[in-house]
Amino acid sequence: MSRLIQRYTTGERNTHWVVAIAFVLAALSGLALFHPAFFFLTHLFGGGPWTRILHPFIGVLMSLFFIAMAMRFWRLNHITPADRQWMGRIKDVLCNRDENLPELGKYNAGQKILFWTMVVTMPLLLLTGIAIWQPWFAPYVPVWLMRVAVVIHALSAWILILGIIVHVYAAIWVKGTVRAMTRGTVTEAWARHHHRAWYRETTGK
Amino acid sequence: MALQSLDITARSATTTPSPSVRGTLQVAKLIDISKCIGCKACQTACMEWNDLRDEVGHNHGVYDNPRDLTDQSWTVMRFSEVEVEQGRLEWLIRKDGCMHCAEPGCLKACPSPGAIVQYANGIVDFHEENCIGCGYCITGCPFNIPRISKKDHKAYKCTLCSDRVAVGMEPACVKTCPTGAIVFGSKEDMIHHAEGRIEDLKERGYGNAALYDPPGVGGTHVMYVLQHGDQPELYAGLPKDPHISPLVGLWKGVTKPLMSLGIGLAVFAGFFHYVTAGPKEVDAHDEEKSS
Repeated sequence: MSRLIQRYTTGERNTHWVVAIAFVLAALSGLALFHPAFFFLTHLFGGGPWTRILHPFIGVLMSLFFIAMAMRFWRLNHITPADRQWMGRIKDVLCNRDENLPELGKYNAGQKILFWTMVVTMPLLLLTGIAIWQPWFAPYVPVWLMRVAVVIHALSAWILILGIIVHVYAAIWVKGTVRAMTRGTVTEAWARHHHRAWYRETTGK
Repeated sequence: MALQSLDITARSATTTPSPSVRGTLQVAKLIDISKCIGCKACQTACMEWNDLRDEVGHNHGVYDNPRDLTDQSWTVMRFSEVEVEQGRLEWLIRKDGCMHCAEPGCLKACPSPGAIVQYANGIVDFHEENCIGCGYCITGCPFNIPRISKKDHKAYKCTLCSDRVAVGMEPACVKTCPTGAIVFGSKEDMIHHAEGRIEDLKERGYGNAALYDPPGVGGTHVMYVLQHGDQPELYAGLPKDPHISPLVGLWKGVTKPLMSLGIGLAVFAGFFHYVTAGPKEVDAHDEEKSS
């Protein structure tokens, strides 16, 4: 195995996992209240009323830690011409024909799109969630606004859940990736293969 | 509180049919506003029968008391002073409360299985023991009726005395009304009774007298005889064409199954992509170059 290089600091990893765990809990409790087919998930949270009580607090925790994470990674997620080229060759990406792909920095366009999807959906979820938060805030919100809020909340949550499914799958699909977020390191070969510009920058090779 | 003995036609957050093989007579309460004297005996009877005691509130300089529906006040009289004709003051008094819609928005919006049920006789009832206190019923209701209790965080509203109706009695408000402004019976009979009243009102100069049984919610099991049937808004903002908000329709209609399907498909797409294309791995060239 080739040498290891640092991809994420301890702080970055812990922040990521707080957001990730809160997301899983918020998604499960939110789905439970979204469709009757998922209502059984309320049992994981101690029943219907407890699911209703806990869900917003989990959401706030997720949002706050996400803000910290987003500020740290903001600069690295600007879309570049290489990203556009990468998106144009998405077929090669999916079919593992990586030799046709351009050199990339720390993140590829797929990761960046997920980042911006989260930057948009997280605040929407937080704001609309507060508007329908019983019994604290919802009693002071007009009914028409609550109706708008529930629809935006459901739609944003759906987009975020789909984004995270892709994110988790990509981590499983691209071998050697998970350790970046668990151990903080990746192999030099992994970095050279998937993020060559970042590899050059980091190692000077 | 709901009663098990009545047959159920619809149940919140339930995708399979409810036990509904037996047909029951559709019931309705008819409130003739032209006969109402605003005595509030119906409010008192409601509190008596249902063992509710609202807090003694404050005088706001109007006759409405309490000011609004609460978890303890399932019906309130709303007093409106209007001049439909110049110089002719009219005092319109509407007994507000759940309309028991044939297509209930509260039931459509509710995420908790069996927290809201619709009986075969048309009564829409809340099962508070299944209520999770999310307040979605408030977004679904076109009449602004459900109230979340500050005490137990559950939703409450008029039951149309489902417990009394189940044993062949009329609702408490009907029983007590001293002028006969509130009557109860089969929906068919109530419509027929209203027709007679409307004819009478028309003869007395109320050319626009009409029955309020709004089709936008499939009709209601609480109906009004309005002197000014062309302007229901005069009666403390009774909506002219109530219907479930299209936003709630969207949220609880197509999006529920479609979004759930989308999530399922995304997971399967990932799985089959892995099986088809295989994992993305670092090649030997990179291993060599970086070592």
